[in-house]
Amino acid sequence: MARVVESKKACTVNPLKMSQPLGASFAFLGLDACMPVMHGSQGCTSFGLVLLVRHFKEAIPLQTTAMNEVTAILGGYENIEAALLNIRKRAAPKVIAICSTGLTETKGDDVDGYLVTARQRHPELADTEIIYVSTPDYVGAFEDGFKHAITAIVKSQVKPLPVVAHQVTLLPGSHLTPSDIDELREIIQAFGLNPIVLPDISGSLDGHIATDWRGTTLGGTTLEQIRSAGASAFTLGIGEQTREGAEALETIAGTPLEIFERLTGLACNDRFLQRLSLLSGKPVPAKYRRQRSQLLDAMLDGHFYTGGMKVAIAAEPDLMLALGGLLHEMGAELTCCISTTQSKAHALLPADQVLLGDLEDLEIAGKDCDLLVTHSHGRQAAERLNKPLLRVGFPVFDRVGNAHKVSVGYRGSMNLIFEIANLMIERIAHHHAGDWPITPEAQLATKRLDQRNDPLPSTPLAAASA
Amino acid sequence: MSVSLKAKIAEVFEEPGCDINQGKSEKERKKGCTKQLSPGAAAGGCAFDGAKIALQPVVDVAHLVHGPIACEGNSWDNRHSASSGSTIYRSGFTTDINELDVIYGGEKRLFKSIREIIEKYDPPAVFVYQTCVTALTGDDIEAVCKRAAEKFGKPVIPVNAPGFAGPKNLGNKLGAEAILDYVIGTVEPEFTTPYDINIIGEYNLVGELWQVKPLLDALGIRILSCISGDGRYKQIASAHRAKVNMMVCSKSMINIATKMEQRYGIPYFEGSFYGISDMSETLRQIASLLVKQGADAELIERTERLIEVEEARAYKRIAEYKQRLQGKRVLLITGGVKSWSVVAALQEGGMEIVGTSVKKSTKEDKEKIKEIMGEGADAHMIDDMTPREMYAMLKEARADIMLSGGRSQFVALKARMPWLDINQERHHPYGGYEGMVELVHEIHRAIFNPVWQQVRIPAPWGDDGESLGAVTPTVTTDHLSGIAAKAMGLEPEEIPA
Ligand code: SF4
Repeated sequence: MARVVESKKACTVNPLKMSQPLGASFAFLGLDACMPVMHGSQGCTSFGLVLLVRHFKEAIPLQTTAMNEVTAILGGYENIEAALLNIRKRAAPKVIAICSTGLTETKGDDVDGYLVTARQRHPELADTEIIYVSTPDYVGAFEDGFKHAITAIVKSQVKPLPVVAHQVTLLPGSHLTPSDIDELREIIQAFGLNPIVLPDISGSLDGHIATDWRGTTLGGTTLEQIRSAGASAFTLGIGEQTREGAEALETIAGTPLEIFERLTGLACNDRFLQRLSLLSGKPVPAKYRRQRSQLLDAMLDGHFYTGGMKVAIAAEPDLMLALGGLLHEMGAELTCCISTTQSKAHALLPADQVLLGDLEDLEIAGKDCDLLVTHSHGRQAAERLNKPLLRVGFPVFDRVGNAHKVSVGYRGSMNLIFEIANLMIERIAHHHAGDWPITPEAQLATKRLDQRNDPLPSTPLAAASA
Repeated sequence: MSVSLKAKIAEVFEEPGCDINQGKSEKERKKGCTKQLSPGAAAGGCAFDGAKIALQPVVDVAHLVHGPIACEGNSWDNRHSASSGSTIYRSGFTTDINELDVIYGGEKRLFKSIREIIEKYDPPAVFVYQTCVTALTGDDIEAVCKRAAEKFGKPVIPVNAPGFAGPKNLGNKLGAEAILDYVIGTVEPEFTTPYDINIIGEYNLVGELWQVKPLLDALGIRILSCISGDGRYKQIASAHRAKVNMMVCSKSMINIATKMEQRYGIPYFEGSFYGISDMSETLRQIASLLVKQGADAELIERTERLIEVEEARAYKRIAEYKQRLQGKRVLLITGGVKSWSVVAALQEGGMEIVGTSVKKSTKEDKEKIKEIMGEGADAHMIDDMTPREMYAMLKEARADIMLSGGRSQFVALKARMPWLDINQERHHPYGGYEGMVELVHEIHRAIFNPVWQQVRIPAPWGDDGESLGAVTPTVTTDHLSGIAAKAMGLEPEEIPA
């Protein structure tokens, strides 16, 4: 429904957007024993690392090819080669995943070619998978990087295999938390289906304490699992950003697919469970029937606070659709929608317009809203406007426990409704005797005609006694 | 890289005030301090990051980053020094260039961005930061800034430190060069006093400057400008009228101090606000230099009296913790002056330093460590330690707490050992006399948190791995030299700071 408009500003103020290589690196963090590498100069990696650490409060493996001004001009073959050898020696990952950056794309490094050469020259790299994805910083946003990374993983690793009837592939979008993924896995398993999750940050970024210190990711989708995706009977994609990957699976292995634009809300989850029921030939388990009626009740309890409220939301496309969709169903009006990049998801958003903009735009439009919804960077705007802020997505660096928030499935949707409603309850205004003074015009109207020329009395009380 | 930037970098490397540099042969010196980074084994920020860190604490100007979204979109709002007024420095401004700008050049967009900022926010100045991609495509930010400054009648300052020029510390210095070239000396202060000083290289993180300022205020010493913590554009522009410059320990902007001495004859000294005796020494230096520059001689006596009172009070407050902290072992993973300046306070609190990293320390820093720790100090100086080694050390309980920067916190936490942030992202100010008491207080709070007992309880069914289990606090510190050695045959990884 929503029309997409691009910002006319030359200067982005208070960016909402993050870059493609960061989104791609994030996807690679969901592979087991992996070391994501940004092919660029070291600052890009350092910034990305800090952001991930602050959000997840975890040690994050992420490396750089450490380009400098000379190698940037000459081309980065040697840096890529050195990075591969160094990383293999120190951390011995099973997968090294390379994301290009603005710098190396501007120069036009032929990374695919470099990798062929590196493999030829260094047979010792034979035991390491290398995945490459092109992600210039000056195109697209975080979500696009994530999308391309999934596609790159599929294209480089999956081969067609004989179909295993009860195995499905689940492609979660970058807007899902580790606990969201756990929730979906549980739902799928409840139908007796066996999901392969790609990529699976629920294994690597779910905040557990491991038994030893490893330089790579600690859990996530293994290479064996990725490869066996070629045998899945069906692909379930969560978010428009997973369509490209799901279609790649279809092309390679002939796997049929369904994309669920969102799983936050009632109807979309009904559709999801129905699909699982069809796939498995099993009825919806009692547990979820019960959760469904709990969600219904939550919607009834919550709608008093959400009905008619005006929301300003700034988020990546799929996340915005998930939250905006639910808010709309709860009676809220999406007065201002800001996003980062083009996506088919915008067409489904129940709003007039989506602006590809920044948090300055949110702050301007948010003046007349009841709630701001965006990542932690929105805190400055919320403070200045004195509005409640629902922190969502990435990065959320001023709260703990981000990995464990659930907003998918019936239960997750219910949680979210409670969180929003409680934010609004906190803000219910208490009224005071002097809250509704009458206007000077009204005061004037109450005066006798012969007294109209007198200066207005200074207080309403004085007017009454006069 | 542009010729002017090359020249700047060479100039920065020739820095006479940097003793590391002066210790090198001519040839080495030309190479400068940028080590070749090894791809796949590097960590740390880029030159742009360094320039931004150095200048962003100027709170009333707009900091505009010219480049793709990576540079600012991924980094803004992640650190800021405290401000006593304007908050515009906390806004992220970037040209967020797109593919067309890469092909046709982004100068127009930059110019328009500057105009939008001036129209909407009207700051006293705009700082424009160069980044990798726009440097590579050849955008001339100096020229654009010059044109914008003429057109809008406002200072627009180019900061030419693209990320690929080198690491963070080079960026600090290039940022300082921008201040020297375009800001200092362009405005006259409303009035001057014989007690005017500049503080250089202090960023007022978590408000630390304010733990020191009251002491100076009480002595009648005025901070004409602080470069750059809680800084104001006009104050920095008039910094050339100060009587004395204090260079705060880190040396990150030593070039400002040395060039101001050459250009304006302002003497400088290097001091620190960390550690009790350092704080006192700093006050003494300021007073004596001011007196040499014409301030009233009684300033020195007043300073001594203040020191006496403040030191006594600080030590008394630290001593309150002594009994409980007696013998607690501290692993200090930081660098530069902090590798020794806080040691005295910790020892005063009864603690033992089982290791201090000297990776980023100068020769003098190391001398100081020896002086303070006495015999056996060598064994406690750690050159380089991989996260794996730190983890092992904590896991085996050869230290009771680790003090370090945020990036290595998980090494400690995953080993279920107390950790305290003493670098940029910390929430507690550790400056001056107040700060050292605060530090000891925080260590106490961290070590005695009952959570450590809780998290070390092994699962009764014993399936979370024996290595996860309780830490047995028995081992002594003799292993330290072994740890410093490169264990496990690994290359030393950069210690995150
Ligand atoms: S390395 Fe270059 S592109 Fe990356 S953040 Fe630093 S300035 Fe930006």
